[in-house]
Amino acid sequence: MPNPDASGHWGEFGGRFVPEALIAALDELEKAHTEALADPAFTAELDQLGREYGNLPSPLYFAERLSAEAGVEVWLKREDLNHTGAHKIRNVLGQALLTRRMGKNRIIAETGAGQHGVAAATAAAYFGMECTVYMGEEDTRRQALNVARMRLLGAEVVPVTTGSRTLKDAMNEALREWVASVDTTHYLIGSVGGPHPFPQLVRDYCRGIGDEARAQFLDRTGVLPDVVAACVGGGSNAMGIFTAFLDDEDVRLFGFEAGGDGYDTGRHAATITAGQIGVLHGARTFVLQDEDGQTIESHSISAGLDYPGVGPEHAHLAATGRAAYEPVDDAEAMAALEKLARTEGIICAIESAHGLAGALRLAKSLQPGSRVLVNLSGRGDKDMGNVVEYYGFADAPDESGDQ
Amino acid sequence: MRSAEAFAKTRAEGRAALVGYLPAGFPTLADSIKAVDIMIDHGADIIELGLPYSDPVMDGPAIQKAADRALAAGFRTRQVFEVTEAVAGRVPILVMTYWNLVERYGVDRFAGDFAAAGGAGLITPDLIPDEAGDWIAASDAHDLDRVFLVAPSSTEERIASTVAACRGFVYAQSVMGVTGARAATSAVAPELVRRTRAHTDLPIGVGLGVRSGDQAAEIGAYGDAVIVGSAIVNCYLDAEDIPSGHQKLAELTADLAAGVRR
Repeated sequence: MPNPDASGHWGEFGGRFVPEALIAALDELEKAHTEALADPAFTAELDQLGREYGNLPSPLYFAERLSAEAGVEVWLKREDLNHTGAHKIRNVLGQALLTRRMGKNRIIAETGAGQHGVAAATAAAYFGMECTVYMGEEDTRRQALNVARMRLLGAEVVPVTTGSRTLKDAMNEALREWVASVDTTHYLIGSVGGPHPFPQLVRDYCRGIGDEARAQFLDRTGVLPDVVAACVGGGSNAMGIFTAFLDDEDVRLFGFEAGGDGYDTGRHAATITAGQIGVLHGARTFVLQDEDGQTIESHSISAGLDYPGVGPEHAHLAATGRAAYEPVDDAEAMAALEKLARTEGIICAIESAHGLAGALRLAKSLQPGSRVLVNLSGRGDKDMGNVVEYYGFADAPDESGDQ
Repeated sequence: MRSAEAFAKTRAEGRAALVGYLPAGFPTLADSIKAVDIMIDHGADIIELGLPYSDPVMDGPAIQKAADRALAAGFRTRQVFEVTEAVAGRVPILVMTYWNLVERYGVDRFAGDFAAAGGAGLITPDLIPDEAGDWIAASDAHDLDRVFLVAPSSTEERIASTVAACRGFVYAQSVMGVTGARAATSAVAPELVRRTRAHTDLPIGVGLGVRSGDQAAEIGAYGDAVIVGSAIVNCYLDAEDIPSGHQKLAELTADLAAGVRR
C-alpha cells in the first residue's frame, strides 16, 4: 500500500500543521487505525456492515448508449447506488467503527452541502453515538433539506458564522471543537485532507471503490481500464478509486477539479491546477491563496467540490506525474449530467458529473474503443434544486391540471 | 530586544512577566501601534503581535473577529514589520502567527525582515518542532526566539522534544480549547507547568483564558509569564469607539500588571 512516511508526508506534502494539543489524539488515532486494519475481526465487521447496510460492493456498469456517443467504452462505478447516495458511506462507517473501537461515543464532522454531514449523522445513528455537525451558516440556508435530514437522524447541526461561512470555516470550527473535546470525541473528517493520519485513514476506508472496480473490470473484460477518472474536491472518491490502480503503470489516472465559471475567470476550485503550495487545515498541499497566504474563497456549482484545498496525496500524485489533474467548468459538468440522464437514465451528483465531463472530453483524444472507468461517486437527488435553477426547468408553471 | 532580557528583569524582581497579545492592524493599523505603547506604558513586559489570518483554527471568537476586521481593512503581512519597528526597543516584541503566512512570505526572508525590524522571535501555534526544520534554521541564522507550545495532552516525550527546540520561553497552553477569556482559569495549568519545568530551565508562559489581575496573580504564582490575549482584544470589541478602547486597555493592563506583582 502506498503509505506516507512515518511522519505522514508524501514527498513534500501532508504532515501535521496543528496545535500541539491535538498531537496525542492524532497519534492515538494513527495507532488505533493501524491496529484495526490488521485485526480480522474489525475488517470482517466493516465488510459485513458495508454489504448489509451500505449496499456494497457497488456495481460496475457499462454505459452502452453513452459509449456509442463518446466513441470509447465508458464504464461507471455506481457509488450513487450506495446507502445515503454516495461513496461517503464507506468513510463514515469505517471511521465510526474505529471510533467505537477507541472507546469514544461522540463524533463531530464538518460539512459543505451537507452530504458528509448526512453520512456522518447516519453512521452516528447506526452506532448510537452522539453527533454534532458544523456547517457554514450560508450553506445551512442553501441546503435546508440536508439540515432536516441530519436533524431527523438525531444530529445537532451548528451553523458556523465565522469567516466566509462555508465549508472551510466549518472545518475550522470542527478543529476548534475537537481541541476542546478530544478525550471523548472523534473528528470524523469528510475527505482525504487534514493532518496525518486523516488523509491515509480516509483513503483506506474509501479504497474499496477501486479494489472492487479493478476486480470487477478484470472479471468483465479480462483487462484493466486504459483510463480511470474521478472528480476531485478534497479528493476522497478519487483516492478511493485511484489507490487500487497506482501500481498499474499503464492505467492513466485523471482527476477533474471544479473549474467554476471557467479557470481563467479566477472563480473556480481548481486547486491543483492553480498550483500554489501552502498549509491549510493541518497539511501542506495545494491551496487557493492570495499573495500573503490568506485563503481565497473557491467557487463551483458543486458544493462538494467547492473547497480551496485538496488532499496531500493528490498533491503528491500531481507533483510526481502519476495522476493528471484538469479543471472542468460548471457548464461542461452540467452538460455531462444532462447527457448521462438522457442516454442512460442515471441522474448523478453534480460532483460526479465533473469526473464524467472530464472523461468525455478526454475521450476525444483517445483511441476509439479505449476503456474508460469513471467513478460515479454520488447520485443527483440532492442537486435537483441547482438543476432547476440552472436549466430553468421550473420556469413555466404547470397549468395542465395534471397532478 | 530578546525575551531573555525581559525574563532576567522579572526574575530579579521575583515575579512573573506580563505578556500582552494584540493582532497587528487591529483596531486599525495606527491604533495597533498605539495600543502596544499603552500596554508597555502600563506594565506589559513582553508584546505578542498577532498576524491576522483567514483560518485561525486555534482562536476563539474574539481574536477571530479582530483578525477578520484587520484583514477586511486590507492588512498585509509586511505591515507587521512596520508595527514591530514602531514599537520595538522598550520590551521584546514577538509575533504569533499561523504557519502558512510565514511560509508564503518565505521563511528565511520573514526571519530576516522581522529581525531587521527589531523583532525578538515567533510563537507558532500550528507549527510543531517536527515540521519546523526551515524555521529552526532561519531563527538560528537571524538569532530569533522560537516559542513552541506544550499542552495538557502532551506526553512527557513530546514535552521534552518541544522544549528542546524552544528558545526564549515555552508557551504552555493551559486549557484544552481555543483562545478566549474564561471566568475560571484551568486546574490543569499548574500541573502542565510542573511537568514542563522538569524538562527545561527556560521560562514558561501560561496562556489562554486570563482576563483579570486576580487571575494573573494566580497564574504568576507558578508560571514565569502570564499571557493575555482575548481580554485585550475585547477592550476594543466591547468599546463604543477606539479612544474608549484605549482607555479600557490602559485600565486592564494596569490591573494585570498589578496582578503579576502581587
